[in-house]
Amino acid sequence: MDNTTQRGSSLVKGILITISILFVGIMLILPMVYVISSALSKGFSFYFRSLTTEYVVSALLLTLLATLVAVGVNTFFGIMASWALTRFQFKGKQVLATLIDIPFSISPVIAGLSYIMTFGRMGWAAPLMDWINRTFHTDFQVVFALPGVLLATIFVTFPFISREVIPVLNSEGCDEEEAAALMGAGGFTIFRKITFPKMKWALIYGMILCGARALGEFGAVSALSKTRGRTFTLPLEIDALYMSGDSDSIVSAFSVSSILVILAIIVLILRNIFEYREKRSGRKAG
Amino acid sequence: MIPGFGLSLGITVLMLSVLILIPLVSVLLYSLKLSPAQFARLLTNENVLFAFATSITCSLIAALINCFFGIILAWVLVRYDFPGKRILDGVIELPFCLPTAVAGITLSKLYSDSGWVGGLFSRVGVKISYTHIGLVLALIFIGIPFVVRAIVPVLENLDPQLEEAAYALGASSRITFFKIILSELRPALLTGFALAFARGVGEYGSVIYISGNSAKDHTQVISYVIMQKLNYMDYASATAIALVLLLISFGILFFINVIQIRQSRRTNFR
Repeated sequence: MDNTTQRGSSLVKGILITISILFVGIMLILPMVYVISSALSKGFSFYFRSLTTEYVVSALLLTLLATLVAVGVNTFFGIMASWALTRFQFKGKQVLATLIDIPFSISPVIAGLSYIMTFGRMGWAAPLMDWINRTFHTDFQVVFALPGVLLATIFVTFPFISREVIPVLNSEGCDEEEAAALMGAGGFTIFRKITFPKMKWALIYGMILCGARALGEFGAVSALSKTRGRTFTLPLEIDALYMSGDSDSIVSAFSVSSILVILAIIVLILRNIFEYREKRSGRKAG
Repeated sequence: MIPGFGLSLGITVLMLSVLILIPLVSVLLYSLKLSPAQFARLLTNENVLFAFATSITCSLIAALINCFFGIILAWVLVRYDFPGKRILDGVIELPFCLPTAVAGITLSKLYSDSGWVGGLFSRVGVKISYTHIGLVLALIFIGIPFVVRAIVPVLENLDPQLEEAAYALGASSRITFFKIILSELRPALLTGFALAFARGVGEYGSVIYISGNSAKDHTQVISYVIMQKLNYMDYASATAIALVLLLISFGILFFINVIQIRQSRRTNFR
């Protein structure tokens, strides 16, 4: 390359890097700084007081429970789905894979609505639930109760783990599994000795992403949860504090938000480490 | 044969049906109870129509803007080395990890007349929060990682021979970029665009605070209207709107699948 194009391309490079840094700085980093600064704007003692109110503590516990349940259920599903979709050939495989990804492209509000239309007073499962409650003298409710919150969280994070694991298993192929099966190994042994080590990192990575999303789900849970202090998760509690409008509550809303921001940053760092590890192991394999 | 086919497929289909498909079909079943006339009346309600228009237009604008910045960001991340690159790379994924409600209240305050950025703009008479500008801004925030993530792997695997050939044939770097690289990136760009658009149309948490939700100024988004109908127990309207929104989502999903199938066919032939 001659000198002018060299200078021209380094000018382009400078401009593009500047645009990128400005974009990321203003659009993504500035809001994070704003959360932390707003959270601390009434001092540390106010900050800690807003984090320890009864409502916030109950919301935090429920959020953790919902996250654990969603990660657990979706991990089990992710392993099953990736086993079925990558180790075997069958008709309708592509359709199944597309159906699993549905929650990605659906509004979370619709997720909430669909459980209301199933288990709510208007839903077709309502008589069934009435019958169960009458027969067993229970008071089991889904909508506006704990199961609804859990189901909504599972719904929105449903494809997170299978989507991370499937491409990894696909690219690894299944020759070793076939060999093991020929030599008489059982399904669980094959999984434990061969498949699981292959998918391990993708699985953990998917669990982290699933957990991050589960912690922060708002729209779906919001449609199914109405009682503050009982069925509110952290994002709903943030909403309640923010919407109440007085300046103290708004600062409290940002204080609670700051916990979720810190968790998001931790997830980003973990994600970065995993991606780096994956790239390195990919290079080793290749 | 590897064992476990029946078991794993059975569990997969069962969980998918119980947790995702049956609830979604319930929405469909309920909406089928409405007569076509009722359906049309509910959907042509003025607020509903404006909300659809707002959601679709703002998501389109935001997705287009994201394509522009997405290409620049992906290019910078793949082609250049500079200090802080790894941080930049990590931060782009932030909107995926940050709860939407947190993003929503933060953007709304940051761009309000008393916020850091909104304050600057209000001096020149531009309001951002509680207008369509704010809405688009929130959708840009939510959509940017979809576009960047779609483009980066394609750009990383781009065959360097293409560019070398263009260079050897005397094409300037600008022509090489617009004629060669951009056309190679087009399927990925379309996928990223469609994903960002799909997310934007259904978005709730991050937009409802900054949009102001005014029926008069047409800043209500469609998912807000569904939620409003739910809170008023107006299940007929909520399901009718949801059904249309579902159809839009499936349309986009189908579009993305077509792009990807065509793309894999193209690369397989090569």
